[in-house]
Amino acid sequence: MSGSALLLQFLNGLAGASSLFLIAAGLSLIFGVSRIVNFAHGSLFMLGMYVCVWLAPKVGYWASVPLAAMLVALCGALIEVGLLRRIYKAPELLQLLATFALVLVIKDFALWAWGPEDLLGPRAPGLTGAVPIAGRQFPQYDLFLIAIGPAFFVLLHLLLTRTRFGILVRAATEDREMASALGVNQRGLFTAVFALGAALAGIGGALAIPREPANLEIDLAVVSDAFVVVVVGGMGSIPGAFLAALLIAEIKAFCIGLGYSELTLVAEFIVMAVVLIARPWGLLGRPIAELRGRDQADFRLAATKPMLAMLAVLALVPIATSGYALVLLTDVLVFVIFAVSLHLLLGPAGMVSFGHAAYFGLGAYGAGLLVLRYEAPMELALLAAPLLALTGAAVFGWLCVRLSGIYLAMLTLALAQIVWSVVYQWDSVTGGSNGLVGIWPAEWLASRPAYYFLALVVCALSVGALWRIVGSPFGQALRACRDSPLRSEAIGINVRAQQWAAFAIAGTFAGVAGSLYAFSKGSISPETLSVPRSVDALVMVLLGGVQTLVGPVLGAALFTWLEDSVSREVAYWRAGIGAVILLLVLALPYGIGGLLRKWSSR
Amino acid sequence: MVLSVERLSKAYGGVQAVRDVSFSVAAGEMVAIIGPNGAGKTTCFNMLNGQLSPDSGDIRLGGSSIAGVPPHRIWRLGVGRTFQVTATFGSMSVRENVQTALRSFYRENFSFGRAAGARYVEEADALLERVGMRDQGERACAVLAYGDLKRVELAVALANRPRLLLMDEPTAGMAPEERGALMQLVVDLARRERLAVLFTEHDMSMVFGYASRVIVLHQGEVIAEGLPEAIRNDARVREVYLGDA
Ligand SMILES: Nc1ncnc2c1ncn2[C@@H]1O[C@H](COP(=O)(O)OP(=O)(O)OP(=O)(O)O)[C@@H](O)[C@H]1O
Ligand SMILES: [Mg+2]
Repeated sequence: MSGSALLLQFLNGLAGASSLFLIAAGLSLIFGVSRIVNFAHGSLFMLGMYVCVWLAPKVGYWASVPLAAMLVALCGALIEVGLLRRIYKAPELLQLLATFALVLVIKDFALWAWGPEDLLGPRAPGLTGAVPIAGRQFPQYDLFLIAIGPAFFVLLHLLLTRTRFGILVRAATEDREMASALGVNQRGLFTAVFALGAALAGIGGALAIPREPANLEIDLAVVSDAFVVVVVGGMGSIPGAFLAALLIAEIKAFCIGLGYSELTLVAEFIVMAVVLIARPWGLLGRPIAELRGRDQADFRLAATKPMLAMLAVLALVPIATSGYALVLLTDVLVFVIFAVSLHLLLGPAGMVSFGHAAYFGLGAYGAGLLVLRYEAPMELALLAAPLLALTGAAVFGWLCVRLSGIYLAMLTLALAQIVWSVVYQWDSVTGGSNGLVGIWPAEWLASRPAYYFLALVVCALSVGALWRIVGSPFGQALRACRDSPLRSEAIGINVRAQQWAAFAIAGTFAGVAGSLYAFSKGSISPETLSVPRSVDALVMVLLGGVQTLVGPVLGAALFTWLEDSVSREVAYWRAGIGAVILLLVLALPYGIGGLLRKWSSR
Repeated sequence: MVLSVERLSKAYGGVQAVRDVSFSVAAGEMVAIIGPNGAGKTTCFNMLNGQLSPDSGDIRLGGSSIAGVPPHRIWRLGVGRTFQVTATFGSMSVRENVQTALRSFYRENFSFGRAAGARYVEEADALLERVGMRDQGERACAVLAYGDLKRVELAVALANRPRLLLMDEPTAGMAPEERGALMQLVVDLARRERLAVLFTEHDMSMVFGYASRVIVLHQGEVIAEGLPEAIRNDARVREVYLGDA
């Protein structure tokens, strides 16, 4: 690459960094004071884009930018007052889920308000030209973007160091007890910070409009990029966000510039891995206080007999029907395995994974690739595909167990997003966005009842195995690591090894579910391993209750049935699922299992 | 010597928490480390059991160096420990806490096939009996009084039949009349099983009543070491710690 090309790639990277910084800074600020990771931050960015496209024809592009920021800030304030305020003390997992519910609601709102098509916005008046740099044409607007990042960095810095508001924000970030002892009006402060963070996301979105159209897919893409930046830079650190945004954006720009755009994600992954191994709290971050303790002990519902009875009933279903009910039940069985595998991480291991679909998807794609590309017999593919999931989980898990709490959750999400992108982009192998078609079971398993029986057997074996694992010395040692890593290490338990093994086991069973899924559907697409799929699993587990393994079984059944009926009846079913999640978080934090427990202990 | 420490140092950022500390503990001996708040006692303990790696200096356990070895390995070499702020498994019962330590001792952390609950119940009860917690075996750790938690921790720390026991303020939070009983128990153990014990304590009657030797830390440095009686009368120690009353 010539010197001038290098320079241009460098400038491209700087322009990308500005936008990344705006969004990551907002996320980081909000986390700093409220300790909430706002999953919906990408959605606020998306709202900024749409509002800008919508207002620009009316008031002109430049006026629409601050207006978009204000509207999004208002929206942020409403979210804080209406929802987050109620869950500041809830476990992290519930907080993340609540903000994910907002992702769903905001997406459907945008769909309703602006339709499904990508909306092309105006170019920025006055900055439509290009300037010659090193003998090439470089867009004026990109130069403007390059200036925007540092400008906002300086503004934020001044705001945080020179104003009373900033001092309060820093006090709250660094020492919450101290801040409340100083008589800081916490409520007002939190609302203001959330509005500020939202405004930054809104500006980011509006400023992106001259470069790309507003679209409904941008929310998760943006938020997972922001997660990477914040994890690398250090949670709660604005300079960290700035540094990491530069680093990540430059890496992206150079990978694309060198013609290795496929390598972008791999490079990003490697950087993240290196940073996290060397500095687990990010480049400029500090260790955050340990997780909130768990407030409810695990319990094992005495459910062996009811479960066996249910198994017997399920075995008889094909006598009664071979219609759609059987298809739906097969789905249920697949997702029971998936949810129960995630439960191992969420429950006994106490590790929040926001990317469990990656292993489900690896199982599904492993099965598909084995039969389609290598013409393996279906039975072999069904058995071998989970090994791909195991490999993925072992590699990612190795990195993940170095972190805990919220960092872990964000890392799992970012890793899953990387797998998703690879599958989405690697047309020649994975079929890209079209996915793989024609993944059919062997002849003797092809009929609905036969496949249903297969699913039933695999499900029963999987749930039984996981039940056994949870109750085994391994499972109890895992629980010990969750309860007190300190004490566990001090009685000879290698906490990371224990958690790593749990990760690998959970991933393998998710892969079992995935490969079963692939053969039951006949075709798979990248959606199989998307973030929403991961969240589905989380909702299943929470709906049922984390504290007992029966929970996810019930939760998966209920959720699959609900989704099936809701998505066929209701146009905006995503928002519906979002509403269910919010209801769950606010009204039923211990899930159905918790209710059963309450009743049975009366 | 069971434990010998040579010129151990550790700094946190700018704070030199421990500086050039050397001492040793023999089998059957009860050694107390005392010193004002922030003297570096807990930091020393954290290096001894592997939670922190020292900046410099060496730690030898029965002759081989353990500086920088992770805690779970050091435990396997026979070092048990209790924490200043108790660390137990809150979602488990008292007995399950001890059973977990025992299963680890018998190398079952990666055993998948069997049910964990029924394993080593009797052995766990025997350990709880020793610390006077047997009748509370079924209770959830989360609901115990603080002094009782300290006892559970001691039972857990004894599960690997340690040759070195580290106790960070073992009697803090206990009623005065219970303290002596607990210390007597440890003294008996040390004698009978040739256990080397290193403990910190702010209650001077425990220190002078039960320690066979005392080490005084001040601002990370050893300022005195000797028999309890000598320490009690040491002018420097009286000045910085015991108060010139
Ligand atoms: N994690 C840490 N980070 C920074 N400084 C620390 C940390 N832990 C301890 N220190 C500092 O190191 C010094 C020694 O602390 P340490 O906890 O070892 O004292 P101690 O003798 O156990 O005190 P106490 O009697 O209060 O338990 C103190 O100045 C303390 O503030
Ligand atoms: Mg201490």
